[in-house]
Amino acid sequence: MVQYVPIVLFTLVAVSFPIVTLLIAKAVRAGSPHPVKGEPYECGVPATTTAFETRFSIRYYLIAVLFVVFDVETIFLFPWAVMFEKLALFGFIEMMVFLAILLVGYVYAWRRGALEWA
Amino acid sequence: MEFLTAHFVEIMFYTLAALTVASAVGVVAFRNPVHSAISLLASFLFVAALFVMRHAEFLAAVQVLVYAGGIMVLFLFVIMLVNVKRLDPEQVFLSGKAPAAVAAGVLLGALIAFGYLAGSLGPVGPGPEALRMVDGAVAGNTEAVGWLLYRQYLVPFEVVSVVLLVAMIGAIIFGRRDAGLEEGGGRMEQ
Repeated sequence: MVQYVPIVLFTLVAVSFPIVTLLIAKAVRAGSPHPVKGEPYECGVPATTTAFETRFSIRYYLIAVLFVVFDVETIFLFPWAVMFEKLALFGFIEMMVFLAILLVGYVYAWRRGALEWA
Repeated sequence: MEFLTAHFVEIMFYTLAALTVASAVGVVAFRNPVHSAISLLASFLFVAALFVMRHAEFLAAVQVLVYAGGIMVLFLFVIMLVNVKRLDPEQVFLSGKAPAAVAAGVLLGALIAFGYLAGSLGPVGPGPEALRMVDGAVAGNTEAVGWLLYRQYLVPFEVVSVVLLVAMIGAIIFGRRDAGLEEGGGRMEQ
């Protein structure tokens, strides 16, 4: 358990750094808010609604699901890769079957145009 | 100080468990759905820390990579997609779902009690050595997971690929602009 002390310290520093930075900025900055200062300047267009009133395209969801599926697939590759030599040919064939089934989904997504944005 | 060093593991466990439960309560207590999502993220990370305490390092890494990484992105996209605003508390909180919630709670309690009495969930589980044994020799946790998963649990592993395939195809079908399924093989319309 002692070997995790650096990770705990790192996490504490990482979490407290933005909080401390924001608090210091709040303490020292000059406060003279004006609506004009909050407008987009030479980039973007003025927002018509808040983020919650806008409905986003379903394509974002599709991309997120495909990301999660292939993320999980990659996770399964890790324990296979570290045991590759001990699992030998049996493990190799096993993983190829796994990948082949997922490749069907990949080809389906590609054919359906789910990977295209335009 | 002596008490702290003697009961370090117990103190760590109960602190992390309390933080996990507190952030899980935050998920349902926050009004703003994005705040709920952040609270859920904290809960995932504390669960990862609990996995580390149980010497399941691989699961901890997966918890951070998949849940705190992938699943959180999915949740945030869904929050943005379904147009959730601040909801009235009486409108959502247990509106007609109280019996179902109580039944689910009782069933979960019964399941935990059964597991505890059956001994598989007791206070003393398999020791840290059991989680890193490969073929009688001590290796790492990831190696032990690989050894078990790709030999003893071969069929569940292959079934996972089918489940992932179904999730992928289902998302593509639901994500089509024309939700009807009139012609097969049609590309997505703008």
